[in-house]
Amino acid sequence: MTTTLVVGLDGGPTGQKALDFAKDRARALGDCLILICYVIEWSPYTFQTPEENEQRHQRREEEIALAHERVVDPAAKAARDEGFTVEDHVAHGDAAEILDRLARTRGATQIIIGRVATKGMMERLFGGVSARLIATSSVPVTIVP
Amino acid sequence: MKYLSRGAAAAACLLPLPALAQEAAVSFDQRVNDVFAASTGWFVSLIFAPIPGTSFPWIVLWLVVAASIFTIYFGFIQFRAFGHALRLVRGDYSDPNDAGEVSHFQALATALSGTVGLGNIAGVAVAVGIGGPGATFWMILAGLLGMASKFTECTLGVKYRNEYPDGHVSGGPMYYMTKGFAERGVPGGAILAVIFSIFTIGGALGGGNMFQANQAHAQIAGILGDYPGWITGVVFAAVVFAVIIGGIKSIARVTEKVVPFMGILYVGAALIVLIANYQLIGWAFGQIFVGAFTGLGVAGGLVGALIQGFRRAAFSNEAGVGSAAIAHSAVRTNEPITEGVVSLLEPFIDTVVICTMTALVITISGVLITDPDTGRFVLDDGAIATVGDVSGVQLTSAAFATGLSWFPYVLALAVVLFAFSTMISWSYYGLKAWTFLFGEGKKTELTFKLIFCVFIVIGAAAQLGAVIDFSDAMIFAMAVANIIALYVLMPVVKREMNAYFGKVRSGEIAPYAS
Repeated sequence: MTTTLVVGLDGGPTGQKALDFAKDRARALGDCLILICYVIEWSPYTFQTPEENEQRHQRREEEIALAHERVVDPAAKAARDEGFTVEDHVAHGDAAEILDRLARTRGATQIIIGRVATKGMMERLFGGVSARLIATSSVPVTIVP
Repeated sequence: MKYLSRGAAAAACLLPLPALAQEAAVSFDQRVNDVFAASTGWFVSLIFAPIPGTSFPWIVLWLVVAASIFTIYFGFIQFRAFGHALRLVRGDYSDPNDAGEVSHFQALATALSGTVGLGNIAGVAVAVGIGGPGATFWMILAGLLGMASKFTECTLGVKYRNEYPDGHVSGGPMYYMTKGFAERGVPGGAILAVIFSIFTIGGALGGGNMFQANQAHAQIAGILGDYPGWITGVVFAAVVFAVIIGGIKSIARVTEKVVPFMGILYVGAALIVLIANYQLIGWAFGQIFVGAFTGLGVAGGLVGALIQGFRRAAFSNEAGVGSAAIAHSAVRTNEPITEGVVSLLEPFIDTVVICTMTALVITISGVLITDPDTGRFVLDDGAIATVGDVSGVQLTSAAFATGLSWFPYVLALAVVLFAFSTMISWSYYGLKAWTFLFGEGKKTELTFKLIFCVFIVIGAAAQLGAVIDFSDAMIFAMAVANIIALYVLMPVVKREMNAYFGKVRSGEIAPYAS
């Protein structure tokens, strides 16, 4: 049976470390699907001007295209070239929520993300992506330092 | 020494300048006001003409009858779908795959930031100041009925909007008038759309611009001391110019974030005043109910209270006016009815909750002067006499200050921010009407935006009476055209409503599991 690993990318070196760790796990597991996920932070509860609303659909498409072009597609291609089975996923929303939902719906055995230093007051108060994921995830989570 | 002499001479020349400037400015303000009142008076008279043999303006009846018809026709949708509206806003029915698009909450918040503002602060004060506390009852009733009008227009706004190849959307009454009428084989849609667009441009320049600038200036002058209105106008125009022409979105973003905070602060402050005077709340509601049917001796009695209540409610929540249909049309949804359902929360939040709070604070604060012998309000020049002889925003400010002495400063800031955010919203509504008439394009857009900025200066310089009349007249004129379209297209909304709620009942449309 294929084992599915969800890997969260952030467009930086920490995400790459998480992907490298996932590749190691995949090599060890053999029959393994690496599900690369990049989340564009977005909340449905923000306040926008009418003009921003009017252009929102267009912006969304641009954001998704940019995430694929700059982060997800190069990472997925490199992994495929190395012989791994890879799928990619780009979504808007809360990173912790989306990674968990993806793991649940795809029957993943674990979520792998890089450790990111806590930034800003809000993250100190409510926790960063890693802290929230650990607190709420339905599957085991690996944080790669 | 030479330089000193020159400097002294220059100073001597400059000394009388402030006085001269003030004189010139005052006369400029006066001239603006005179020209403005003279050129718009006929239109105001036409819109607010009374029904023959009565003192009841036909336009108020037009709105009330429409809202009542929609309420009955859609089977009291505002009450039946209220819970569903909350669930939609919460995102229970939002497909996670659509994340990143405009959410129901965002569409509602954007539309609300265009309506919650001076209408809730100054408009309510005008209503209560002229119509007495009883005007509040009619305002609440108008708000509840208006929810059905809003539901109708916002559903149609989404259903008939234009989606362009680059992904941006344009919607609003002018689009449902042209496309909807053509679909139903009803003639005259294009003409009605042109008329509506002209009125929308007027409404954007009036209620969405001049009234805001005018009241913002009144509030700032109340704190800093009297100074010429055109100065406030120029400052406001410069900031609005920076946002809508300069494309400095950061200012708009900051405002959009601060405005909801100010709204919460305003409601919080009203609650503090009400809780501190909790023993008077029952009495205040008594005044509202008794005043609604007797007028409590205010100018015009019952009819005066009713007219003021309905008029200010309509101006505040814009139900039936068509502006919200423009704001809501940006939401991408397969079910236009969901946007209509969400939008019915607007008049509730705006009028039933916020306006009522303002009215209660004014009523219990004691700023409206009553005759101790008769218990009736003391009238002064057609309005209720107030402590300090204030009206509009200053009346609300004085009422809040009786409980929270620091509140006028917060209110001044809130008024400026509310005015600014309403201007940004209405500049968009006006622009949509303008581009509908003259076509999309950078030059046509720039022309409207420049006109919009000039009217900010005029609005700040003119006196309240002339501005408020023109603002009302233009916004109500939009409702004339829009409601005709709503009557023609309401069977379309009913069909959509029945189909949608049928799917909800059958489980075909169900909440998404989190």
